[in-house]
Amino acid sequence: MTMDASRTQQLKQLANQMRIDIIEMLHNVKTGHPGGSLSAVEILISLYYQHMKVDCNNPCCGDRDRFIASKGHCAPVVYVTLANKGFFDKAELKKLRQLGCMLQGHPDMKQIPGIDMSTGSLGMGLSVGVGMALSAKMDKQDYYTYVLLGDGELQEGQVWEAAMAASKYGLDHLIAIVDCNGVQLDGRVDEIMPVGDVGKKFAAFGWHVAECDGHDITAIDAALDGLKELQDVPCVLVARTVKGKGVSFMEGKNIWHGKAIEEADYKIAMQELGGACQ
Amino acid sequence: MKAMREAYGEALVELGAANSSVVVLDADVASSTRSILFRNAYPDRFFNIGIAEANMAGIAAGMAASGKVPFINTFAFLLALRAADPVRSLVAYNKLRVILAGAYGGFSDSYDGASHQAVEDVAIMRSLPNMTIVVPADEHQVRKAVFAAAEFDGPVYLRLSRAEVPEVYKADNDFIIGKGAVLRTGRDATIIANGYMVTKALSAAAELAQQGIEAEVIDMHTVKPIDRSLILASAARTGAVVTVEEHTIYGGLGSAVAEVLSGSNPTALEILGIKDVFGESGSYEGLLAKYGMDQPAIIEAVRRVIAKKI
Repeated sequence: MTMDASRTQQLKQLANQMRIDIIEMLHNVKTGHPGGSLSAVEILISLYYQHMKVDCNNPCCGDRDRFIASKGHCAPVVYVTLANKGFFDKAELKKLRQLGCMLQGHPDMKQIPGIDMSTGSLGMGLSVGVGMALSAKMDKQDYYTYVLLGDGELQEGQVWEAAMAASKYGLDHLIAIVDCNGVQLDGRVDEIMPVGDVGKKFAAFGWHVAECDGHDITAIDAALDGLKELQDVPCVLVARTVKGKGVSFMEGKNIWHGKAIEEADYKIAMQELGGACQ
Repeated sequence: MKAMREAYGEALVELGAANSSVVVLDADVASSTRSILFRNAYPDRFFNIGIAEANMAGIAAGMAASGKVPFINTFAFLLALRAADPVRSLVAYNKLRVILAGAYGGFSDSYDGASHQAVEDVAIMRSLPNMTIVVPADEHQVRKAVFAAAEFDGPVYLRLSRAEVPEVYKADNDFIIGKGAVLRTGRDATIIANGYMVTKALSAAAELAQQGIEAEVIDMHTVKPIDRSLILASAARTGAVVTVEEHTIYGGLGSAVAEVLSGSNPTALEILGIKDVFGESGSYEGLLAKYGMDQPAIIEAVRRVIAKKI
């Protein structure tokens, strides 16, 4: 979808506000994953504000576009996006991960409107995406299935089993996006277990590959537009991102994969993002 | 009499005609599981995912979430172990209607040896919330179970056998998931079995009758949810129970029956099955005899349990 300067500016402001909301939510409950949520903000905005055909009043509509957060630990950014889009009340964000709450630690399709598949255990989302895209193809429906993967997650072998299958069936309405933030729980991806050239790997599995700056909404938008033009081939967007993007002391730091945000860090983060401490 | 796997493949084809939402996936063993019969009949609804069982389970979850009714096929041990995480985290957690057809259950793939024999699959599946487990006794029950599973609300693990086994039922038998069947009544002891072990239990009961012991025989085709009331009613009458399963004695049918009895009506119990060891190559009947799941083993267990009556 074309973006003019004012739309770009509007979405940039939204990105900043979403980062504030993520920090606020995670600080409030002192649990959850900030790093991989902050790296995926612009990706989620591009999907939900520029590309995906979804309706918060009819979240199970048969011809909606599907989104699978295969890297399920980015639940905070998904929840903030869905709340902003009206799928549920923003007040729910305050109850994240609490007993009896709707917003589970990882996305839960049984409880949360707008979640198309429960995730959390890494490496399985692309298989689910293949199943959804195959179903769409069988039923001659033209919805897209988007799967968000982490680069550390690519260490799971099942991702490549799914990549082979997507290619075999020529699933042109399956679009994977890899949030390549270069950092996983224990350290840098290239230290823990190098995944190598992600684009070349997917290309070798028969995918069409595009790459872009994963924090440039205009670039993501243009890349997705391009991928949707292609036929008979699954597509992947390799989005170069920074883990913890927007909060200086979190950027590129593996300790912020899943660390609780205490008071002092919260104040610095909010100051940097220009948000008011609650 | 026909092989259960053949009956399964034929039932899939029949179901495919009745229900256009049914899709069938296999992991490169379609000729063995007999899902190939469905492929031949409905190639557009058949997907060979290759040697990638976890991927197959994940794809099925995506299809089920999109309104399809997927049957996924491979050897039982691979479904229970290789595909365990997607089966747990996607299929069971989300209570998706995916039918997991575990071929070659128990020792039925006897000559391939321990690597291919499934002696732990029921225990693994039983530990998953939302999972239903059905172990059919013969070709007719296989067909009934295939149709019932396709209509069931939630995932079903259908534990199948490679073997050609005698008919226990007539083609038009009643079959309800979760409801066991009393195949023979008796006052002295209850034998609870499933799968091919139902045939063994019936033959043991016939022999015992010759010796003046009347054993009740129950086909507990559904291991989960287990038919509590049937177990308790029979145990209350006979006061002695023997379970027989082609599976490790840990975590399967015997454990399920023990849980019911110990919680409500402690009853003398003997659990027959594979005693915490791996199998080996050999003839099917030879393995069943060596590992204590044949007619003489059941007869002895019934005599032991009667002696233990409280």
